[in-house]
Amino acid sequence: MTNTEIYDKLKGAFGEKIGEWHEQTGSEYMKRMSSYADVTDAGYIRDVCLYLRDEPTLGFDSLLLLSSVDNGDNTLSVVYHLEAREKKQYFALKVTVPADHAVVGSVTDVWSHANWQEREAWDMMGISFQGHPDLRRILLDEDWVGHPLRKDYKYPEFYRGMKVPY
Amino acid sequence: MFQDLNDLLIGLIGKGDLSDLLSVVVYAAVPLVIILLYALVAILAEMKLSAWLQDRLGPMRTGPWGVLQPIADMLKLLQKEDTTPTLADKKLYNASPFIVFIGSYLAFAALPFAAIYAGARVNTGIFYIVAVSGLVVVGIMMAGWGSNNKYSLLGSMRSVAQIISYEIPAGLAILSVVMIAGTMDMQTITKLQQGGIQNWFIFGGPKSLAGFGGNYSWLLTPLMLVSFILYIIASLAETNRVPFDIPEAESELVAGYHTEYSAMKFALFFLAEYANMFAVSAIASILFLGGWNSPIPGFLDAAWMGFIWFIGKAVFFVMIQIWIRWTLPRLRVDQLMHICWKVMIPFGMATVLLVGTLVTFLIH
Amino acid sequence: MAEVLERSMQTMPVPVKLLPAEKVEPNRLRTEEMVLNVGPQHPSTHGVLRLEAVLDGELVIDVVPFLGYLHRCFEKHTEAMTYPQVIPYVDRMDYLAALSEEHGYALAVERMMGIEVPEKVEFIRVLFTELQRIASHLVAVGTFGLDTGAFTPFLYCFRDREDILEMFEKTCGARLLYNYIWVGGLSHDLHPDVLGMCRAFVKKNRATHKEINNLLTFNKIFVERAANVGILKADVAINAGASGPMLRGSGVKWDVRRDDPYSIYDRFEFDIPVGNGMFGTLGDCFDRHWVRMCEWEQSLNIIEQILEKYPQDDKTDVQKAVPKRIKPAAGEIYSRVETPRGELGYYIVAKDNINPWRVKVRSPAFVNLSLLPIISRGYLMADLIIILGSIDIVLGEVDR
Repeated sequence: MTNTEIYDKLKGAFGEKIGEWHEQTGSEYMKRMSSYADVTDAGYIRDVCLYLRDEPTLGFDSLLLLSSVDNGDNTLSVVYHLEAREKKQYFALKVTVPADHAVVGSVTDVWSHANWQEREAWDMMGISFQGHPDLRRILLDEDWVGHPLRKDYKYPEFYRGMKVPY
Repeated sequence: MFQDLNDLLIGLIGKGDLSDLLSVVVYAAVPLVIILLYALVAILAEMKLSAWLQDRLGPMRTGPWGVLQPIADMLKLLQKEDTTPTLADKKLYNASPFIVFIGSYLAFAALPFAAIYAGARVNTGIFYIVAVSGLVVVGIMMAGWGSNNKYSLLGSMRSVAQIISYEIPAGLAILSVVMIAGTMDMQTITKLQQGGIQNWFIFGGPKSLAGFGGNYSWLLTPLMLVSFILYIIASLAETNRVPFDIPEAESELVAGYHTEYSAMKFALFFLAEYANMFAVSAIASILFLGGWNSPIPGFLDAAWMGFIWFIGKAVFFVMIQIWIRWTLPRLRVDQLMHICWKVMIPFGMATVLLVGTLVTFLIH
Repeated sequence: MAEVLERSMQTMPVPVKLLPAEKVEPNRLRTEEMVLNVGPQHPSTHGVLRLEAVLDGELVIDVVPFLGYLHRCFEKHTEAMTYPQVIPYVDRMDYLAALSEEHGYALAVERMMGIEVPEKVEFIRVLFTELQRIASHLVAVGTFGLDTGAFTPFLYCFRDREDILEMFEKTCGARLLYNYIWVGGLSHDLHPDVLGMCRAFVKKNRATHKEINNLLTFNKIFVERAANVGILKADVAINAGASGPMLRGSGVKWDVRRDDPYSIYDRFEFDIPVGNGMFGTLGDCFDRHWVRMCEWEQSLNIIEQILEKYPQDDKTDVQKAVPKRIKPAAGEIYSRVETPRGELGYYIVAKDNINPWRVKVRSPAFVNLSLLPIISRGYLMADLIIILGSIDIVLGEVDR
């Protein structure tokens, strides 16, 4: 099954919840690995992922990477790269949410890999994942202010009395 | 001709209070000097042997081939700051290194270094040594508890469990020898083994002595070999050496019960460990390998050569301990207990039973 | 900013859930639990990692890893750099296998720009990343031995690693952080001595492999310690995203080099070793160690094949395909390679600019480490160290 066929199948199952198909054109590899489908409803992502995992013809048993992107226009995105190991299929999903209300459904119970990756996305990008069992900062200290990977992030001058930009 | 060092002293200054006092001082000082000198040599040997085993050179800068390294280390330890954790139980914390060292040092009192030198002529020698070694456990427990450090506590708990457990197979192995010899006096045990390698207890004990079963004692050889191996394994565990070094398991517990210690207090633990290594090796050589006796009658068996034979045999076992340390991984707590209670103790029991039977019906 | 803070306060400290002792071992009296801080300064955390171990006696009830002691926010740095400037930063992630990280990054950018790399460069890249794999596994095997208390194999491993580092040093002047693999090429051509050194090394290293197997792998005590400990089931491993020896140790035959071939890996014959529960249960620490030992041998096989096929008369400039201006068109890519620790992925978003818009790394050590709490509950404290050692983490890559 090619990427676009999976997209059509998904579109058939979820209808309006699945947005446009973005085909990457740089190389064959990019097209295969990185073309993605938009998921328009951020709360719906878990259901879409569960479908992708459990539907026998798809069988996306592993989440390769959960990444967060600041799009620069006051929106944040979460990108899911998926792989079906048996069938050698690849697929990617993207959820875009407004930066001032960045809430996305958690997929931790679909792939436990998402646990730490979601914590990292929360830590770095300030996207909170609804339904995550233990959403704490993971790389930064618990009392750090702000989320550094946002494009509008301003470096704090001091952290616990230490000068930050040295 | 004098019987031992005490007679020599009396001969020199006459019998009296002075000679009594002097003999106490001498008998206390000689083992201490031996321990200190031996520790320096053993530390260097450990460094060099481990280096050679591992394709390294070892210390090379302090003195020719780094022979002065242990002295440099000692000077370093002397200069270091003596820290005490704020929340430590100060009395226990400060006392424990001394108790541990005293525990291992006391054992030296009853060791016959040569025909002419045995510190205290205790007629329950080996029993005394086993008993005072128990003091080490108390010291370790105090160190673990007093440091107020979780690693220390875990280490000392492990250590106590281990030492107490392994005293049983060690005791059983010792018991076999004591049954054959019919005495616990270390000097007498050694003297029984005079007259060549075939009389050593590892080969079943004296062959032609009145009151002994003559050639029947060959029957004891396999049993005594088992006892000997049991004792060697148990002694490794009692001194907390690899593969039984779980109390100070560096990769798990940082340094176990002496994690918090620095400077001379650490040095005392270190010294006690090396002294202990020597003590158990010395006991092994006395009980099984003829102590200060030469393996061949008439070959280098002058009275003073006893020192050389005895220390040589003990150091040989120390080297084996070092060799094992740098070769094997470490066991886990439950595996350690498994080996002790389910393997070694049954073997020890069986040996004691068989040796006892043979001794009762054939030999005495 | 205040709003962000407020939100972070809302969702932050969730109390850590503990599994009570009765759950781990029923029929057991409830006892006081002890929280033991393992690290950040501890001989066996392989860097600066802090584990909060909840112990019942010596029984591990729960482990909570705390990361970030080596966090440099490399991903933020990249946004201010040009594409080639990122490579030295990539080096500093997995400092024990820096070439593999570089290879992954260079490959990702090349795939975005559609650059074809000369064959000779591909040969050198594969040769070096395989040498790097051996070097990394040597450290992994050695330190795993160290965790079990065997000191000597560790030094034997480092002795052989030294030979590999010498080859790297001869070629590019660096021993640890190379900046060697560039987008479209390499920084230097192969040093003429290296092929000869490599031949000698392969011969010597096979002997070391045997030696380590005799001294460590089949040592009774080592087997007792590593077998039946830290069992990771295959479905759990896949679901949690484990990769590399961690995944293969559980019996899953998966290797990016074979299943999603990149560079010229499809030209070489090599096996994908998987765990088989030789002395215990499938997916235990011994299996992970055994997979590393076998992979080491397979890498030697690949190196031998490279030495046979290497185009020695090829005088191509290794920088022939290096573009003057690296500026990928707008788009995004997820590209991956197999490093010694597992699947390393780069997610790069380009916005038609000379610096990347976003670089996100799928660090295999980070993902593998997240399995630690799952596989170490219910074992002893001593096993926790072994399990952590068998995961083979590099904190530079975990914290990035």
